[in-house]
Order: sequence, then C-alpha cells, then structure tokens
Amino acid sequence: MNPSRSLNVILGIYVAMVFAFVFAPIVFSMIFSFNSQRFPTIPLGEFTTEWYAKILADPDVWEAALNSLIVSCSTAVIATFLGFCTAYSDFRYNFRFKGPYLALILLPPTIPLIIMALAMLAWFSKIGMSGQIYSIIIAHSVLTAPFAMAVIRLRLNQMDPDLESAAWNLGGSEWQTMRYVIIPFCKPAIFSALFLTAAVSFDEFAVSWFVSGLNKTLPVIILEIVQGNIDPQVNAIGTFVFLISMTLVVLAQVFFASRQLKSIKT
Amino acid sequence: MSKPLVVFDKVQKHFGNFVAVKELDFEIREGEFLAIMGPSGCGKTTTLRMLAGLEAPSVGEIRLNDHVMNDVAPHERDTPLVWQSLALFPFLTARENVEFGLKMRGVDKAERRKRALKWLDKMDILEFADRDISTLSGGQKQRVALARSLVMEPQILLLDEPLSALDAHLVIRMQAVLTDLQRELGITFVYVTHSQSEAFAMADRVIIMGKGEIAQIGSPKDIYREPANQFVAEFVGRNNILSGKVASLSDDTARIATPSGDFTVPTKEVHLVKGQKASFVISADLLHISIDEPDARNKAHCKLISEEFVGSMVTLFLENSTGHEFKVQMQERELSKFDLKSGAEIWLSWDTASAHVLNEN
Repeated sequence: MNPSRSLNVILGIYVAMVFAFVFAPIVFSMIFSFNSQRFPTIPLGEFTTEWYAKILADPDVWEAALNSLIVSCSTAVIATFLGFCTAYSDFRYNFRFKGPYLALILLPPTIPLIIMALAMLAWFSKIGMSGQIYSIIIAHSVLTAPFAMAVIRLRLNQMDPDLESAAWNLGGSEWQTMRYVIIPFCKPAIFSALFLTAAVSFDEFAVSWFVSGLNKTLPVIILEIVQGNIDPQVNAIGTFVFLISMTLVVLAQVFFASRQLKSIKT
Repeated sequence: MSKPLVVFDKVQKHFGNFVAVKELDFEIREGEFLAIMGPSGCGKTTTLRMLAGLEAPSVGEIRLNDHVMNDVAPHERDTPLVWQSLALFPFLTARENVEFGLKMRGVDKAERRKRALKWLDKMDILEFADRDISTLSGGQKQRVALARSLVMEPQILLLDEPLSALDAHLVIRMQAVLTDLQRELGITFVYVTHSQSEAFAMADRVIIMGKGEIAQIGSPKDIYREPANQFVAEFVGRNNILSGKVASLSDDTARIATPSGDFTVPTKEVHLVKGQKASFVISADLLHISIDEPDARNKAHCKLISEEFVGSMVTLFLENSTGHEFKVQMQERELSKFDLKSGAEIWLSWDTASAHVLNEN
C-alpha cells in the first residue's frame, strides 16, 4: 500500500465518521419512531406505527403542521422577492455606501438567533403585532431573505451585463426587460431560493418559539412534547420535519446544480 | 452626396473627471458604411453607445433625421446594435432571440414568427431556428445576432467589434456577408473596430479616433496613402515615418534633412518654411529594393533584419546605420528574385511623389 493510498483510506474513514456524527442522532430518532418501547433503549422492541397514528390523531400537531406550512410558504415568497430585489439593486446600480448597504442586508443570519428572537418579540409586542402567524412570517422573512439574495446574486453575476442593454436596445422598456430577460435568466436561482428559504423557515425554532404565541409551528410543538414527558411521538414528528426539510434543500440544490452544469456547458 | 442621417454636434462625454470623448463633430450619411477605428480606450465604443442611447452626451447634441436624440430612451430608438459579446439571450432559442425585438414592439405572434424565419433564412441558419443558443457555433451565433438586429428593419445598424471573437477564416466570410447585406439593404452601417483590415475591407469612409478625438475622416485609401498626422500614420501600421528639418525649398518640392539622410518630398498640399520641423510617410508597398546603389533622389542603405510572410505578401523589416527601422511590403515572388539572407545589405528607394508630408500636431 503506497502512502497516498493509505492517506485516502484514512481520509475516507474520517469523512465517514463526520457523516456518522452528524446523521447518527437523526437515524436513531427515525429508528425509535418505529419502536414499540416507550423509552429509547436497546435492544429494540417490536416494529410499530403507533406513534405516527398518535400524532396523526392529535389536533394540536395538525394545527402546528398547517401553521408551519403557511409560514414557510409565505416566508419563501416574501424572502425570495426581497432577496431578488436586493440582489438586482446590487447588480444594476453603483452608489455611495453600497458596501454598508450590502453588509446590512446580509446581517440578520450573523446575529445570534436568541438575540434576534428576543428583539423581535420585544419589538412586535411594542407595536402590538406579537403572537400572530404573520409575526412569524415577518421574522422568518427577515431571517431568510439574505439566503435568497446570496443565491440570486450568484446567478446575476453570471449574466453578461450587455444582455440587459441589448433588451433595451431592441425596444424593451425597463419593465419588459425585467420580465422577459432578467427574471427568465434568474429562474433557476429563484426556484432554488424559494426552496431554500422554505426549508430554513420550516425547521426554524428559536424565533418561532418567541414570537409565535399560541400559533405554534412544528418545531415549537416538538419542544412542548419533550418538555412534558419523554414521548416517542417526538421521534415521529422529528422524522417528518427532517424529511420535509431535506426534500426542500435537495430541491434547492437540484436547481442550483442544474444551472451550474448548464453554465459549464456553454 | 446623400444627406446626413446622423449629426454629432460638438459632442463630449465625461465619466466623472475622465473625459472619454473630447469633442466629436461629424456626420453619418444615409446608406454609407462607416467604420470608426482606433486603439482601445479611444472613445469609439462610447461614441457608438451614445448613438444607441446607452450613454448620454455630457455636452453637445446628437441628431438623427434632424431630431435631437439626447434625451430619447434607448428602447424608444430604432438603433439596433450588434454586440461584441453578441449578448444573445441564452434561455431562448435562435428564433425566439430574433423575435425578441418584435415582441417588445407588440408585433403579433404569427407575424413575428414569419419575419424571424425570413431573416434566419436570409442569414442561412434557418435549420437552427429551434436550437438553443448554447448549441450553436461562433459563426452561427454571429448570424443570429445579426438577424436579431436586422429583423427590426432599422435605418441604421450599429456594430461594436462584432467579428472580434471569430476565427480568422470566419472573419473574412462574415466581412463578405456584411458588405453584401449593407449594399442589398441600402441601410447605414456604423462599424466600430480596432482592426484596420476589417475597417478598410468594408467601409466607404473611416473615422480614426485617438484619445477621444477624431484624428482623421476619409476613405480607406486616403487614410492609408495620406495620413493626416503622425498618430494616424503610426496607427495605420505599414508606413515608414521620417522626421527632420526643411533644408531647402523649390517650386513644389522640399528637401528634408533627417538623421537618415536628405530626402525630397512633394509640397503641393502643405506649406513648409525653411528650417521648420517636418515629418513625412511613405507606404511600405511604395518602396523599391535593389542590391546596387540606385540612381534615385530618395534612397537609404539598410540591413535586412527580418521577414514576415502573410500569404503571398511579405513584409521586410530593415534598419539603416542610424538604427531607423524601415518596412517594405512586396509580393513574395518579387522578393524571391533577390535571394536575400538575414543581415544582407540592400538599397531602398522611392519616388518623390510616394512621400506624403504630415501635418504637425
């Protein structure tokens, strides 16, 4: 075995361990969601779908799921729209204080979530907007718009700046150019941003917990169940949330990767 | 002479403190093929972009058909541009690209399609109509870009170094396509390029720009044989430039003393004073070479430094005893009679009428 081969094996083991470290808890959670025993112990009990049946029968869980759906869909649309606008303003215009402008836009994800959540709660209560579904939507939009902006900005940077001028030159007004050139060009990135922001919003806990009031989302209800007692229902909901989030992230990646491939081809 | 279609009236363009265009005062005639040529950064593309409305003049007026165009938005003008980058829409097919301008103008679908296909056919790329742009070759993309502009049936077509990305053999083909099109359609072409061969091969008139100003306007032949000043003479390339002082004057010639010797130049078109500095050019193809000292008024003894072949033409690079470089252009079969080796000593001579005195500026 030559040195580079043994190095490869070591690196391979290392990568496998990283993946195991990240995914083991999730895999265990999935396994225990089908386990008949009340406490997560080994050896496992029998296979059961009891916990899934239980959460399906729980109206609180249904309500939370619906809230989560409304919040993540609305957030995705709003955040992607905001992200697109800021990305385009960066692409199109040069102005004083553009650096600080961009830094300000990209700031929210760098603020510790707990601080962000507290600030949101304080502010929303002050203006009488706390505890509503839309409070969560607003908070999540602020939080996820920078992700949408980053994705769309990458795409715009790949655009030949002459494309926009060419559209004007051929008689397209600013709005027509936006509709028939800029948006079609950014379409893969826009879809990618929609799925990504939906995923982030769907499993975001801290901010939701602070501002949601009685309108709980799925991550919030998971905490409530765990707080009460040890209940394998949590594993079932967790599995469900994980699958939804992963699906959204994978979809975002698919759109992201397909356009990368396309741009390599051209 | 046809009437002016476009007038640049004392146009200047500043970007902050940077002056891209110092002062432009010229006309574009209806139906002509005008080339604007100059080194990069001379303001030629800025000039074209002002005509398309993508930049606004800082000072002065641009008039199209006697209308002042300064404040007309680009999309309200009928000045399609063929881009150096082509700027084809990558998410549309060839046909959809050609239809784009018509769609913006609100032409209905059937009519749009008919006209787009007609132009794709005219450009010999009808078979690629429904192909994605990314699957087309450079030459085919070029034709789509031309069709996309020409489908608008404009009075004037702007071209910004459209052939710079093509292979040499395609450039020659596209030059023929462009000149044929221009003649057939009878519309005005304004062609910006840094390539002398493209400009001279196609244009009726050429504007040479340098540092934001017009250095010379004229036919390709005028510019080649009678460059207005040293900048043009140097930019045009295959010229020999000699500088010195006027030693003596007669009726229509002058004797100019240069470090390389005394030479006689015609003075019909210039006014020279004894003792003043003067420069003159002789085109590289107007020099004669000989092994023995010729019996001529203008001659120089040189050493052959190198040769450069371009097809049947060959350019000799020579140097005289003072280190001045001479360029001679001739047919390869002419040269082969001499059987020259590098370092060979030969004589150059030229007719007095071949020299052209430059205006000092």
